[in-house]
Amino acid sequence: MSNRLLIALAGQPNCGKSTVFNALTGARQHVANYPGVTVDKMSGYYKHGDTRVDVVDLPGTYSLTFYSPEERVSRDFILNDRPDVVVNVMDASNIKRCLYLTFQVMEMENPMVLDLNMMDVANNRGVTINIEALTQILGVPVVATSMKQGRGKQALLDAIAETGRKKSAEALFNVDYGPMEAGISNICEMIRQDPGDLGAYPARWLAIKLMEGDEEIRKLIREKGARSRRILNHVQDLRNQFEVDHDQDTALAVAQARYSAADKVTAGCVTLPAERKKPMSDRIDAVVCHKYMGPMVLLAVIWLLYYLSIVQGYNLTNYTWPLLAKLRGSVAAIVPDPGFIDVPLISAFALWLIDSVNALLNYIPIFFILFGLIAIMEDSGYMPRMAFIMDRLFSRYGLHGQSTLPMVLGGIYVGGCAVPGVMSCKGIPDERSRLTTILIIPMLNCLAKVPLYVLLINIYFAAHKGLAMFFISTISFLMVLPVSKFLTTTVLKDKPTSPFVMEMPPYHLPTIRGVVGRAIERVWMFIKKITSIVVALAVVIFILLQFPGISPQRKTDFQAQRDQAITKFRSSIAQTPYAETLAGDKLMEMVLYWKSYKDKKMLTRGAEANAALNDELKKINPQFFVIARPGKDKVARKVNRSFKKLFKTRKGLLREMRKERINESFLGKMGRALEPATQFAGFNWRVNVALLSAFAAKESAVATLGALYEQDDAGGDGSLESRMAKSEDGFTPLHALALMMFMVLYPPCLATSIAVKLQSGSVKWMLFGMFYPMVLGISVATFIFTGGTLLGLSGLQAMGVFYAIALCTTIATGFIKTKPEFEDARQAIA
Amino acid sequence: MTLDELKPGNSGIIKKLSIRDKLGQRLMDMGIYPGLTLNVVRNAPLEDPMEVEIDGYLISLRHDEARFIEVESR
Repeated sequence: MSNRLLIALAGQPNCGKSTVFNALTGARQHVANYPGVTVDKMSGYYKHGDTRVDVVDLPGTYSLTFYSPEERVSRDFILNDRPDVVVNVMDASNIKRCLYLTFQVMEMENPMVLDLNMMDVANNRGVTINIEALTQILGVPVVATSMKQGRGKQALLDAIAETGRKKSAEALFNVDYGPMEAGISNICEMIRQDPGDLGAYPARWLAIKLMEGDEEIRKLIREKGARSRRILNHVQDLRNQFEVDHDQDTALAVAQARYSAADKVTAGCVTLPAERKKPMSDRIDAVVCHKYMGPMVLLAVIWLLYYLSIVQGYNLTNYTWPLLAKLRGSVAAIVPDPGFIDVPLISAFALWLIDSVNALLNYIPIFFILFGLIAIMEDSGYMPRMAFIMDRLFSRYGLHGQSTLPMVLGGIYVGGCAVPGVMSCKGIPDERSRLTTILIIPMLNCLAKVPLYVLLINIYFAAHKGLAMFFISTISFLMVLPVSKFLTTTVLKDKPTSPFVMEMPPYHLPTIRGVVGRAIERVWMFIKKITSIVVALAVVIFILLQFPGISPQRKTDFQAQRDQAITKFRSSIAQTPYAETLAGDKLMEMVLYWKSYKDKKMLTRGAEANAALNDELKKINPQFFVIARPGKDKVARKVNRSFKKLFKTRKGLLREMRKERINESFLGKMGRALEPATQFAGFNWRVNVALLSAFAAKESAVATLGALYEQDDAGGDGSLESRMAKSEDGFTPLHALALMMFMVLYPPCLATSIAVKLQSGSVKWMLFGMFYPMVLGISVATFIFTGGTLLGLSGLQAMGVFYAIALCTTIATGFIKTKPEFEDARQAIA
Repeated sequence: MTLDELKPGNSGIIKKLSIRDKLGQRLMDMGIYPGLTLNVVRNAPLEDPMEVEIDGYLISLRHDEARFIEVESR
């Protein structure tokens, strides 16, 4: 019979814990969420003999207080899931500080193994450790490893198995809390004698936490204790007395006692080198955080990130798109063929779904490169430096130094994507800033907004393209900052903030395995989480666009037009031998044959591939092939010409029907219903429909406009630009400006909304994130359009005026001083 | 004096943390506690935050946070 063990890895950040986790579990890993918080739960397993060992990698934390969600989930896991062994991973070169956490884990009275990792680094620095002595003092097994090189893994596995078998914690080292000890044993005694349900928890740990003033533990006592009020009152008296006697906060005194204990422990078994060298990281920081060079390095890094992921990643999609097109092709082959003008609903639906999914999957190369680069920045230690440089600017607006990366990804200039932007907000430790960042990211210029900008600028600002492009690229940033300030001082005012204090970890060389592994894992998570929801919502939008559909009367009209075209075609080829080839249903076969030929031809490059395609088609139907590729045969060429004309008529009819279907659809009706409200922003119902459909994906705006502005006998060059310019006589550059500004502030697309829900952890914030940009967008658009009209401004003038207003607002809001944080926690100085 | 008044290149001994709750705890957890010597390495390009070296670690914190740390200049 096989046994099972559950172990947890605990440790401070930068101690090599994830290296240990990877070495133990290999590829058998799995990411989930701790309930109720947005902290990742990493787990995996390995086999040791006939035992299956499940490993949970707790988040890296310096301590185990109740202040951060990471620390709370770590200690709750140890407390409630009672793992058979807690493996405490420590940085051997910095034992003293690691012990600070170790003592806290020990106090939870769980069986433990200490893993002194990074022994190689310690040895290089001249640190020597007497492992036996350390084991003796602490009373727990200590194993020395260098997991990066794989050294010590076997010993660690054995120690885990050995400790797991014993099932009980040995006599562990106790930190001496000095003048608080009497009070602690007092509380301990009260907890032990309490008739309630406190027996399951380590009493001394509860007592120490109560002395620290831990809110969560007070709650636990209230919930599970029978005489909770007595206990809590007693604790409060003890704490007050201590503060009077020692002029020190009890929580700080507890922490200080742990450091003293760590000093004593290491004094007996760790020898440090006599002289410490100036760390290499400090010398790198001299450049990377330098007053002038620092920002330049940062700009270079951002540019490289943008260039490699967005530009090069976009180029990569040229290679991956044919694969997705093939996927679509094979779906198209399964579903029923379309008729001459009526497309079966099931086929339309299947293709709509696959198109929606493909639109998303198309971004995978970009995401892969992006996530890889982020992993490099995380592993190398550059991320905190970036926050260090940018914090002053961002904190003025209620954001955080660590908002830099999300904003770069979201498209701080032009061309980002809100989805990875929002996803990367996870690292921001301050909850208020994190929520603000999540909510403002969608306002940045993602790639999908660009086609609409380009379209409108080409029509209405053709003479000032450069200027207009600059305006639209930078205006989003000028909108984001004041909005952030506004959100943090109103809606998010009461959200908890956290101290900025952070370690600037030593620089590391990232490993290829770590970087590629993380990139793959994050892309996979993205696909899993986003795709299913995109599919669900694509269904809704499909229904809104398809129903109630074209009226029966109009349908008869279209059928009459179809019959007329076919009759005309038949009479034109009646005298040729091909009349027989295309008789009856065969005509429809030929239409599909021609369509598939054209589709395939679009994907074929080069003479050789073309020849192969021709051969293939000839094999499928040699008679059709003569019509498709008539060569020099005069009669066949004539038939070919007539056929192409018929094909074009069919295309026109399909387009006309699509336009009408959208007009009549629920979405079209919504667009019309909104017109009275949006007219002040200069949007007519067509624009409304385009904007509504853009919610699925912003690219749809241009595609829908394309469908709405389609005209059979369009003059000009037939491009959307000329069609739109022609059919919207009343549309001025001012209209266009209002529309562009609305697009800047447009609510997040489906995928982003889902990401917002995931990262904010609530549907409420997702809905808010969709609602406020809409209000803001329509207000700004109305302000521009109505204001501009009243003042008689041209589009370009309005653009200049609005830019000046936005710039002034941004600068002005930056100067508004908010009340300094933490002031109410200042301890009176005696 | 308090840490935020200490200029880059100077060092001081931590005398007292006059802050409790979240920030006080965080400072302690990051290894900033009375008795240790710290050394202000540099300010960020926009003057805030600051980077200090303490016991071989590099830590960055805002001046707003440093003003709760009482130090004795050396």
